Amino acid sequence: MTTMSMIKALNEGLRRVLEDQPKSLVMGEDVGRLGGVFRVTDGLQKDFGSDRIIDTPLAESGIIGTAIGLALRGYRPICEIQFDGFVYPAFDQLVSQLAKIPNRSGGRVRLPVVVRIPYGGGIGAIEHHSESPEAYFAHTAGLKVVTCSNPNDAYWMIQQAAAGDDPVIFFEPKRRYHSKDDVDTESAGLDLYRARTLREGRTATLIAYGPTVDVAVNAAAAAAEEGTDLEVIDLRSLSPIDWEPLFASVRKTGRAVVVHEAPGNIGVGAEVAARLSEECFYSLESPVLRVTGYDVPYPASRLEDDYLPNLDRVLDAVDRSLEY
Amino acid sequence: MGDTQRPAKKTAKSRPKPASANEPEFVQLLTPEGQRVQHPDYDITLTDDEYRGLYRDLVITRELDAQGTALQRQGQLGLWPSLLGQEAAQVGSGRALKPQDTVFPAYRELGVQWCRGIDLISSFALFRGTDLGGRDVAADRFNMYAIVIASQTLHAAGYAMGVAMDGAVGNDDGEAVVVYHGDGATSEGDFNEALIWAGVFNSPLVLFCQNNQYAISETNARQFRLPPYRRAEGFGVPGILVDGNDVLATYAVTQAALDRARRGEGPSLVEAYTYRMQPHTTSDDATRYRDEAELDFWRAKDPIVRYRKWLSAEGLADESYFAAVDTEAGEQVRALRARVMALTDPEVTEMFDNVYAEMPPGIAAQRAEAVEFQASLEEGSDVR
Repeated sequence: MTTMSMIKALNEGLRRVLEDQPKSLVMGEDVGRLGGVFRVTDGLQKDFGSDRIIDTPLAESGIIGTAIGLALRGYRPICEIQFDGFVYPAFDQLVSQLAKIPNRSGGRVRLPVVVRIPYGGGIGAIEHHSESPEAYFAHTAGLKVVTCSNPNDAYWMIQQAAAGDDPVIFFEPKRRYHSKDDVDTESAGLDLYRARTLREGRTATLIAYGPTVDVAVNAAAAAAEEGTDLEVIDLRSLSPIDWEPLFASVRKTGRAVVVHEAPGNIGVGAEVAARLSEECFYSLESPVLRVTGYDVPYPASRLEDDYLPNLDRVLDAVDRSLEY
Repeated sequence: MGDTQRPAKKTAKSRPKPASANEPEFVQLLTPEGQRVQHPDYDITLTDDEYRGLYRDLVITRELDAQGTALQRQGQLGLWPSLLGQEAAQVGSGRALKPQDTVFPAYRELGVQWCRGIDLISSFALFRGTDLGGRDVAADRFNMYAIVIASQTLHAAGYAMGVAMDGAVGNDDGEAVVVYHGDGATSEGDFNEALIWAGVFNSPLVLFCQNNQYAISETNARQFRLPPYRRAEGFGVPGILVDGNDVLATYAVTQAALDRARRGEGPSLVEAYTYRMQPHTTSDDATRYRDEAELDFWRAKDPIVRYRKWLSAEGLADESYFAAVDTEAGEQVRALRARVMALTDPEVTEMFDNVYAEMPPGIAAQRAEAVEFQASLEEGSDVR
C-alpha cells in the first residue's frame, strides 16, 4: 500500500502498461518532453523513448485518426486529449471510426485504443477546460467509457483499459488529480466495468462517478450526522453501466439520487433514472432525482460553484426524495 | 475566379483538336491520341505481358464497374459509385504497388482492389447492404472502404508511422502505404492533418489524389485555389501532377513515389488528373451541374481507347487479344453477378456480435431479445 496522488497513480499505471506491453505507446500534445500539462506522463519519454511516448502535432482528429492507423498496424496507443473541451475536433474519428471500424470489419479488426481525457470543472479554468462530455461517448456503441474517482482506481483502471481489445474513453476528474490516497499496487480488486458501493445505507442511494463521488461521500457523511443513512455507489463505468448493484441498492432503499457535473438533459443520470424506473418500479418510494450541472454552457469560473453539484444541493435532493 | 479556373470547362467551350491541347502541365507518357511521349523525370519499361496485362485490367475494371451500375438499376444494390473514366488512375497506381504495400481506399477503388487480387465481393456486399464491407484487412493489405471523406487519410498516416517504427523501410524491399482520396477530400481537415503527420514523422506514405474534377456537384474551383499537388509542397511533401487517364504515366509516377517511401525518404502526394464520367453515385443527377460538351471533351481523353491504340501500333496486341479480353471480362462479370445475387440477408444477430471484443451484458440481453422477438413473429405466422 502506497500513498500517492491521482496524477502519480496514473503515471505509475501507465508505466506498468508500457513495461508489460511492448506494443503500447502514449501519444498526445505535450505528453513527451513536458510530461503533459498535468504531468500525468512525466518522465515517461525519458524512460521509454520518443518512439513510444510521442509528442504529436496539435490536432486532435489527427491524434485519434493516426492512433487508429497505428492500432491497425498492431500497436496499442494510449492517447491523451489535453482537455475535455478539445475533444470535439476528434469527434468523427472517435464516434464514426474508432467506435465503428471493428463492427464494420465483422469483428476481424480490433482497435485497442485508450483515449484519456481530463474532464470536469472546479479548477477555476477558462472556457473549454471544465466540461463533462461523457454522454456523447457513452451514447456511442463501440466505445466503452469509464472514469476513475480516486488514486487506486486510477492506477488500476488505466491498466485494465489498456489491457482490453476494445476502445476505451478514459475520463480523469481533473479537480481530483492532486487528491492523495492509498494505492494497493499488488491487487486490482475490481474489474474495470464494475460499479463500487462505497458506503452502505438503507435510506436512499446516491449514485455518482468521477469528480462527484467525493461530493456524494461527503454528503453521506453529513447526512449520517443528522441520522440519515445513505448508500453511495461509484459507477466507475458509464458504458457499459454495471446495473445489478444499482438495482439491488434501490430495491433496498427505495430512493435514488444521481449526481453528475454534466448537464442533466439527456445525460447519464437520465439513463440511470429510466432504467431504475423500468427495473425497480415497485420498489421505488419516490422518483429518481438528479443533481447535475444546469442545462447551460459551462459558466465563467466565478460561477462554477453555483453550477456544480455540491454537498448542499445533494442533501437538498435527498430531503426532497424523502419528503415525496 | 470561380469557374474560369476550370481548365476542363474552358477548353470544352472552345472544342479544341486534338484532345491533348490545353492540358495541364502534368506527367504524361501517352497522349489521348495514343502517342508515346517522353518525360525527363519519369519513364516506364514493362514486359510485353505486363503491358498487355494493364489493358486487361483496364477493361475488366470498366466492365465490373458497369455491372455495379447495372445491378443498382435492377434493384440488386442500394447504391453504386462508378469509377468510369478513372480506370487508368486506379490500374496504373494499383499495379505499381508491391505485395508488401498497404492500401487505404476511399469508396470508389474497385480497380485498385482488382489489381491487388482481392475478392471484390466485399464491395458489392457493402452496397447491397448485406454487410458493412468487412474483410480481413491485415491479410489483404487493403483496408475497408471509408465513406466519411478523408477519414482514411489519417488511418493511413498512422499506419505508415507504425511501418517506420517497425523498421520496415529503408531499402527497395521496404513497405509503402498508399491512401486514395478525391479532390473533395483535400478540403477536409483530416487530409491536411494527414499531410502534417506524414511530413513531420517522415512516414512512408503516398497520398494518391484522384482529382476527378467533382465533389458531387462542386468543381475544383470550390475546393481549392491551389491544386493539391502544389499544396503538398507547403507541407514539405513533394507533390506531382500526373495525367490520370494515362495508365503508363500513373504507373511510373506512383512507382517512383512508392519507392521513395519504401526507401525511407518520406511521403509524397500524387495528383492524378482525371474525370468522373458518371454521376457521383447512382443516386446523383449530374445533368444538373454539367453538360454534354464537357463529357465529350473528356470522352476524347478516354484512358482505354488511347492505350489500345498504342498497344496496336506497337504490335503488342491485336484484335484477337482484345476480343479475348472482352470475353474474359464478360465471364468475370457473369461470375460476380451470380455471386452478388446470391448474397443473402444476414441474421439479425449479426448487428450485435461484432461491436465489441467483449460483449457487454446489455448488448447480449438485447441480442437475446431480438432473437426471441423474431422467433415469436415466426411462431405467429405458423398459427396464421
